[in-house]
Amino acid sequence: MVANRRGWIGWLVGGGAAASLASFAYPVLRFVIPPKVSEAPVNEVTAGKATDLLVNSARMIRFGSRPVLLIRISDSEYRAFDGMCTHLNCTVQYHQEGRQIWCACHNGFYDLNGKVVSGPPPRALAQYEVHLRGEDVIITKRS
Amino acid sequence: MEVSARVSAVKQWLDERLGLEPVREFLAHKTVPKHSSTIWYYFGGITLFLFGVQVATGMLLLLYYRPTSTEAYESVQFIVAEVQFGWLIRSIHSWSANLMMLTAFIHMFSVVFLHAYRRPREVTWLSGIALLGLTMAFGFSGYLLPWNTTSFFATRIGTDVAASMPFIGEALARFLRGGDDIGGATLTRFFGFHVAILPGITTALILVHLALVQRHGISTPLRVERQHRGAGAQVAQLPFVPNFLVRELMAWYGTLGVLGCLAALFPWELGDKADPFAPAPAGIRPEWYFLAPFYTLKLIPSHVWGIEGQVLGLLGFGLLAAWWVTLPFWAAARDGALRVRLVTGAGVALIAYLATFSFLGYTR
Repeated sequence: MVANRRGWIGWLVGGGAAASLASFAYPVLRFVIPPKVSEAPVNEVTAGKATDLLVNSARMIRFGSRPVLLIRISDSEYRAFDGMCTHLNCTVQYHQEGRQIWCACHNGFYDLNGKVVSGPPPRALAQYEVHLRGEDVIITKRS
Repeated sequence: MEVSARVSAVKQWLDERLGLEPVREFLAHKTVPKHSSTIWYYFGGITLFLFGVQVATGMLLLLYYRPTSTEAYESVQFIVAEVQFGWLIRSIHSWSANLMMLTAFIHMFSVVFLHAYRRPREVTWLSGIALLGLTMAFGFSGYLLPWNTTSFFATRIGTDVAASMPFIGEALARFLRGGDDIGGATLTRFFGFHVAILPGITTALILVHLALVQRHGISTPLRVERQHRGAGAQVAQLPFVPNFLVRELMAWYGTLGVLGCLAALFPWELGDKADPFAPAPAGIRPEWYFLAPFYTLKLIPSHVWGIEGQVLGLLGFGLLAAWWVTLPFWAAARDGALRVRLVTGAGVALIAYLATFSFLGYTR
């Protein structure tokens, strides 16, 4: 009877201590997980004047919180790709000599359609729509 | 009253209040095995000393450093350009971090080659490996704090490697970044890890590690133990106080000299301020102790057997780490005999991998 009572008290004290620990740990755990911050969705940005960019050159454009690489392929053709490498998210750059997109971090190469040519990137770069509105270059998300 | 009499009176006064006699007694009888490999014993102490240097210089840097993405780079610039001896304090902090990593590796491999991890020191090994992991975490979190281009991309790659982990990867990456991408929230978070959370855990673990070293005593190498057992003789011992302690202090002094020379002659560069929208610069590479995994990730193709290369790489590193952490357990055969050749071979193979891939990662 006494042993039984002691057992119950042991369970109560142990359970109480465990519940106390859980009540301390839970808020701490929730605190360290960053909250989701909702950003206004960006679907279109103006990337400056068409004449500002020379043929066979590129510029990084802010598309909301992401970098987008705008390339002028010829006099009339522009292309835009997501600026983050699909391998480990380094920001890519345009390689003028090879006319390719290059990630300096792990030497990944993409062609001017965003497809992987060589190196470790597992997927193609996402492509954006580019069109001219008057003299302005407009980049929009592909639906 | 003579000086010696005064010292003796102070000693007695302290003894009555603090009970120092047992401590003195303990230190008077503490010994360290003396043999041809005794020199390797000093590296643990040197690593501890460098941790002390990190704490001291880190506290000084805290007086000026500002952990926000708009001010961090400028505050470090202010430290190195405007604050008197600021460049030296920052340079010592950076060099000391690198030397600490080097001595921690030397200490670990000396434990492997002297077979000091063997029974009953398995938990000492585990606590040491955890300390090595914490040292790397210090390096990774501290690297971002100047908010320069290299540190920005190193952190982006590092957290993206974490994101590749199955099941928990995304949540872990979000936890590390403090959001979806590297930004001000990441910097503040890494600052918190670097100056509060990691030092707290590390200090506690160092105490555990030292207590275990004290509990089991310093290990005598297997080779020396066998030689003496064969000859029926005891391994020679070196008194800890003053013989070993003075040698250890000399090693610390020598380390301080090397550190001072490196910091003064090769001040740590600050580089350019991080720009999240700028491309990663050509020739970008992480700190030397992350070069081997960095180069490995460069070599793995985009897909292997249908698995993404980075996931496969992470899996490989995970298995390698698990294999290394559990070394004391697979080092002993079922009958308790130590697989000396296997462990030595594993140690040599790991050093060869780290050295070769680090070299290739640096030069290519």
